Amino acid sequence: MTEKLTAKDFTTAQEVRWCPGCGDYAILKSVTNALADVGASRENTAFVSGIGCAARFPYYVETYGFHTIHGRAPAVATGLKLANPELDVWVVTGDGDGLSIGGNHLMHALRRNVGLKILLFNNEIYGLTKGQYSPTSRVGTTSPSSPRGSFDAPLSPGQFALGAGGKFFARGVDTDKTGMSDVLRQAHAFQGTSLVEIFQNCIVYNENVFADFTDRKNAANSQLHLKHGEAMLFGENNGKGIHLNRDTLQLEVVDAEKSPDEVLIHDEGNATIARLLIDLHLPVALGVIYRQPATSYEDAFYAHHPSRMQRTKSIGDFIRGPSSWVVD
Amino acid sequence: MTALLSIALNSWLHTRSGNSRFLKSPIIVNKNKDVDSIVVRIAGDSGDGIQLLGSQFAVSTALSGSDFATFPDYPAEIRAPVGTTFGVSAYQINLGGGPITTAGDAPDVLIAFNPAALKVSLPLLEKGALVILNNDSFTPRNLAKAGYDSDPRKDDTLADYQVVAADISRLNLEAVKQFGLSKSEGGRCKNFYALGVLMWMFDRDLASSETWLNRRLGEQPTLRDANTAALRAGHAYGETAELAATLPQIHLPETKLEPGEYRGITGAEALALGVAAAGELADKPILFCSYPITPASPLLHRLARLSEMGVGTFQAEDEIAAICAAIGASYGGMIGVTSSSGPGIALKTEAMGLAVSAELPLLIVNWQRGGPSTGLPTKTEQSDLYQAVYGRNADTPLPVIAAATSGDCFEMAIEAVRIALRHMTPVILLVDGYLSNATEPWKIPDVSALPAIEHNALPPSDDSPQRRAFARDSESLGRPWVYPGMPGLMHRIGGLEKDIDTGHISYDPANHQAMTDLRSAKVASVANFIPEQKMELGADSGKLVVVGWGSTYGPIYQAARATGASFMHLRYLNPLPKNLGALLSRFDTILVPEMNTGQLSTLLRDKLGVSPVSFPKVSGQPFHISELVEKIAAVSKEQAS
Repeated sequence: MTEKLTAKDFTTAQEVRWCPGCGDYAILKSVTNALADVGASRENTAFVSGIGCAARFPYYVETYGFHTIHGRAPAVATGLKLANPELDVWVVTGDGDGLSIGGNHLMHALRRNVGLKILLFNNEIYGLTKGQYSPTSRVGTTSPSSPRGSFDAPLSPGQFALGAGGKFFARGVDTDKTGMSDVLRQAHAFQGTSLVEIFQNCIVYNENVFADFTDRKNAANSQLHLKHGEAMLFGENNGKGIHLNRDTLQLEVVDAEKSPDEVLIHDEGNATIARLLIDLHLPVALGVIYRQPATSYEDAFYAHHPSRMQRTKSIGDFIRGPSSWVVD
Repeated sequence: MTALLSIALNSWLHTRSGNSRFLKSPIIVNKNKDVDSIVVRIAGDSGDGIQLLGSQFAVSTALSGSDFATFPDYPAEIRAPVGTTFGVSAYQINLGGGPITTAGDAPDVLIAFNPAALKVSLPLLEKGALVILNNDSFTPRNLAKAGYDSDPRKDDTLADYQVVAADISRLNLEAVKQFGLSKSEGGRCKNFYALGVLMWMFDRDLASSETWLNRRLGEQPTLRDANTAALRAGHAYGETAELAATLPQIHLPETKLEPGEYRGITGAEALALGVAAAGELADKPILFCSYPITPASPLLHRLARLSEMGVGTFQAEDEIAAICAAIGASYGGMIGVTSSSGPGIALKTEAMGLAVSAELPLLIVNWQRGGPSTGLPTKTEQSDLYQAVYGRNADTPLPVIAAATSGDCFEMAIEAVRIALRHMTPVILLVDGYLSNATEPWKIPDVSALPAIEHNALPPSDDSPQRRAFARDSESLGRPWVYPGMPGLMHRIGGLEKDIDTGHISYDPANHQAMTDLRSAKVASVANFIPEQKMELGADSGKLVVVGWGSTYGPIYQAARATGASFMHLRYLNPLPKNLGALLSRFDTILVPEMNTGQLSTLLRDKLGVSPVSFPKVSGQPFHISELVEKIAAVSKEQAS
């Protein structure tokens, strides 16, 4: 075993070409830190991306990297993971790349539970093509392609993931080092598709679109950091809690000091509560919202190829077919 | 008839004494007379088990020592409304003394399971052919569904044919009555009843089909026994006195095939074996990624049963995911293979560009079908040549090769993988939909003699991993195959233009020119590694040469043989063989028959500056030998005048 690598060992010499102040810088730092933390091996790690600002990511990580085509990274990564299940395969995508042109591939990676760690940089806008509204943009988003405001209903990445049969869904905020570190570590450990939605601030085309809950000054009251088995508390001194109203089947905020027994305990395996948490706004749920261990696609694939992709017979064993005859 | 054509036909008749079109009557009129070859067409509803009947007959033909070629002709609908003309499924087989290279022009024998099958097939027959009808299906309702105003058995529709109207449905049900099957279950045995009749006609042993039934239905003994009884009853029916007078028994000569071990093989089977063999020769696992599409799916089905050859199959969510997963596999160190038909290949186009840009090996198989759009999914065409050679955004060249026959799919699959690994490029292998299900006898190759497929080794170097990954071979311009998991060689690749040395992103104008030139030169360099073009038949200079590609090999071969025309068949379409231009220049006229509107003609004009005479056919049906013979004669006559 070689000595433990540091974040610097996972950084390439390439000049990073994101806009100054872009949330991607912070995410890159969190990812290289996380790779060092989990003891990742550089040669056994690959980053696969599609197209968009986020898709430049592989050029900046000192591992194997493949910058592919728009929306198709989950499909390429699926082939890669099947070819070598020992690899740690990360997919870097965005709201346009992953949920619009590549929505089909993301859906099928999730339902198959392919061992991919998918980082979905959600900035609710098309950055690289200069600011058009995206499938996660809220109704009314003014952009070059929607000068009178957009009128498409937005897609919720979390509801999409659970609807597709995804087994791991987590959230982080680009600049929240602690939260990101935890989420990335857990995404890495999951056997199957781990989808991490990262709220990423596009300072050029959609600045502060998440400010209502990412603003540090008010973070305590606007963010709910989930931990499996722990009470859903937030606010100053954790004074508030999340309660399930059993009549309306909605989540409500309660005073945690007055009614501590009414506060829900986070159970990552509960898909129903996870769906409610995904839709919760102020506070916004962060951390691992849903995790349901299941057989990964690559494990099932190898189990269904009896020789586990090893050649146990030669072409000479098959070439005669069911019957052959000899001409003298 | 022109004098020249008469000569051509005479010489053809001389070599093809049993040919269906011109010697129709001797076969039928002189019962029990030995003939050289005969064409049988079996037609019925798509639910009648026609394809199974045909393939069983083909196996027994092979075992009897005859040469043969088949043409499964089935509808796009899985179970079209019963009794309709668009639901007719047919299987045509040409059998006899070799070489037989086509499924035959016009059937000598037709077995029609219902009025619709008769209606669809009758125009294909020459006068005098033998028509065997399933009497029981000629009900007023079925006649109406087929569009017959009156019963063709009673009017003069069949006046020019020899007709045997047999109660196939009823006799079959009687034969299986003892097994207590439902009427519909029992009725489904009638294909084996008809197979029995055919087996008697050709004096065949029932053993091969009984063995097959035993293997296939061993777990369902009642069904096995019922089908076996139907088969035997059909055979006995042929022998009964009342029919021996009507039905001819036909003895075909054994074919004079090259000595060796043979099997029957379809293009899909041969291609699957070729892909698996390529993996063994390259000592790499294969990951085959595809999305179901007609007529490409049989390859997926075949490969799914070859996992012991280190072959994995991934059924992707769509065509794009299929090629992308194959690219991911190649990026990960397995041989990525994808397959589709024209519309699916169109969807894969952008990803092909990625494989070209990233310099990754990949095999793309295109089972061409009639188009445009959904077109004729079950009918054959060769109209994706432009798409293969020219059909991508930007300057994105890649090698294109094509298989000529079902058996040739084996060799060309290996060749495609060899090119892909040597030059680190995607390769398109064009096959016609016709080849997917067409069976032919195939001489089993000596697999131990096949040369290993080399992949580009990584030379020792002190350079950075990024440079080492793009240190290309000076002859093939292929880069080393470096993939994740290899220690110390971490590097980044992608679809953005790369610096020619380091692979880093580069927008430098001179570099883009150099990379574009490099990609062209790489594909051009394939010509230095492939065999020179040779003549298939005839002199290597003269007045006329017929040039073919793909599945037209069979009919062109026969037409050239009959007329004495020179014939060359192209397996390498991009780049073309280096000597092709010089070879073509030795002929006054180049005739190019193809199942499209003249795509190879355009390609030859573009690449070699020649002016071929195009002979296009886009009916969804293979060429008839006779139409090629006539065209060769007509072109020869024009030359003479």
